Amino acid sequence: MSPPTLPPSTPTEQPTTGPTPSLSEYRQREQSITLAPVTQQIVERNAGDTSEELLTLNFGPHHPATHGVLRLLVTLQGEIVRDIKPIIGYVHTGIEKTAEDKAYWKVIPVVERMDYLSYYFNAMAFCGAVEKLVEVDVPKRAQYLRVIHLELNRIASHLIWLGTSALDLGAVSIFLYCLRERELILDLFEMSSGARMHTRYFQVGGVIEDIPAGFEGKVREFLKIMPKRADEYGAILNANEIVLQRLRGTCPLDADTLLSLGVSGPLLRAAGNPWDLRKADPYSSYDDFQFKIPVGTVGDNYDRFAVRLAEIYESVHIIEQALDGLPEGPHITTDRKVALPPRHELATSMEALIHHFKLVTEGFRVPPGEVYHPIESPRGELGCFVRSDGSSKPARVHMRDPSFVNLQALSHMAEGSYIADMIATTAMLDPILGGIDR
Amino acid sequence: MPDATGLELIAHELRESEGDEAVRETSFFRGRGAIEIAPERIRAVLAHLRERGFAFLASVHGVDYYPHEPRLGVHYELLDMARVDRITVKLRVPTDAPEVASVTADIPADAPGGPQRGWLTADHQEREIYDMFGVVFQGHPDLRRILMPEDYEGHPQRRDFPVGGEPVAFTYNERDALGPM
Repeated sequence: MSPPTLPPSTPTEQPTTGPTPSLSEYRQREQSITLAPVTQQIVERNAGDTSEELLTLNFGPHHPATHGVLRLLVTLQGEIVRDIKPIIGYVHTGIEKTAEDKAYWKVIPVVERMDYLSYYFNAMAFCGAVEKLVEVDVPKRAQYLRVIHLELNRIASHLIWLGTSALDLGAVSIFLYCLRERELILDLFEMSSGARMHTRYFQVGGVIEDIPAGFEGKVREFLKIMPKRADEYGAILNANEIVLQRLRGTCPLDADTLLSLGVSGPLLRAAGNPWDLRKADPYSSYDDFQFKIPVGTVGDNYDRFAVRLAEIYESVHIIEQALDGLPEGPHITTDRKVALPPRHELATSMEALIHHFKLVTEGFRVPPGEVYHPIESPRGELGCFVRSDGSSKPARVHMRDPSFVNLQALSHMAEGSYIADMIATTAMLDPILGGIDR
Repeated sequence: MPDATGLELIAHELRESEGDEAVRETSFFRGRGAIEIAPERIRAVLAHLRERGFAFLASVHGVDYYPHEPRLGVHYELLDMARVDRITVKLRVPTDAPEVASVTADIPADAPGGPQRGWLTADHQEREIYDMFGVVFQGHPDLRRILMPEDYEGHPQRRDFPVGGEPVAFTYNERDALGPM
């Protein structure tokens, strides 16, 4: 916040008595922060041996290996990590506060920007919560279209994770390959909604418009390419001695500890717990599709890597089934109180015009109540809590973001390991700072 | 999901074991059960529900019920993974004494109510509620602001906190905006 105090140009100008009185209260408090308790603990652990010097390293916030603006205060004993304190909030933009000032359908674009790699999931969590409050039925075709886009988004998100993680492990070329495939997915998003990221495609009650002609063919083309490319990634990384050495057996954490830390998603599945909300508590017609839940065994970094890579194949499998079984019908609910009427009706129907006007100016009113709607995002349980007070604006929107909760597991995973393993663990944790800070 | 009857059974059990005043209200809304409890019984209620299988604390979040009193609410979303069952525990505290016992840390055997396991996942989430709503979690190991800067004044998610209106510090007005350095 405040700029650092400049050192005086000549030493003689420095005040000679006491601490500098010109320091603001914040600066004084900042200077008073010490790591004395941590140091004391480590000295006790080493049975009073103080010969090992401790180094406190400020890791981030601007560091390529932190996957965003994450700052870690790391205490090192030689090469070994003894303590990690994550400091977050650098990209806090008050989206939850902003959402309270907007009509329900205008909240969708702002919540999409929270976790910027899985925007469809954010929109899905919010729309699902509002749909529960309004008690609107989503047509089957809309549910299938949602599944197609969610799973495409899951692949895109895992591709970014794979590329950046490989980059952290020293494999630079994988990053370029992953972005090449992600580009294909973004082209598909552009085709269906007009935007490549933050598409605002999901609406309360369905999706904004039906998929254009030729979209299905393009998706099928992509589905042919993707498994082959995923095979290639697996072949490159699984045959790379450096990658294996850095992932196998590093920083494992058992499922019980992960559960008490609230960790869900691929990290939990890597430890052998097959918890997946798509199977356990299906939403948006996920129970219509056959797919497997990849699980790991020991929960080390290699399992985390392998589980996510395997999920790409399962997502491809789900999209294939959704395309095959895509039902005919409306793409958004026909309830005119919630969804905009079709454009052509505006010219002929007075009622449609009234509904359109009411929806665009005021938005729809939502019956008072509180709901929590959890879905399975690429990083774990993404829950959206919405409280309505009966007006056309939500009284509270809260995202239980998986990155935010999973970040707490980092110190449990990486303490006592080498600093290089901490980098690999951060990469395998897959934190998205937009989701953490919101 | 516990149905309305199952929810009443849980509430009845809680009243039997924790006393009549522990449960204030039960509600069943859109297929999901919620129990409103007395704020001072939160540790005991969560421990009881953990015994019943609700062993995963999915989310802790704050709500401001302005203009209703008591204004501030804290919600605990519990999940039973074996039965795929969810329940919400809610409590309300007033703004002039926003104090709730933290559920993060373990309670040692010699302390009242112990021994009891804590919910490690609540650590960051309680800090966020403290930051955004000003609810003080007593017994939290490290209760500091988490998303807002440490020198920030006020609790921005409260309903009476204005949207916008904060001066933006540029070079030319940093002394006015930030005060003396």
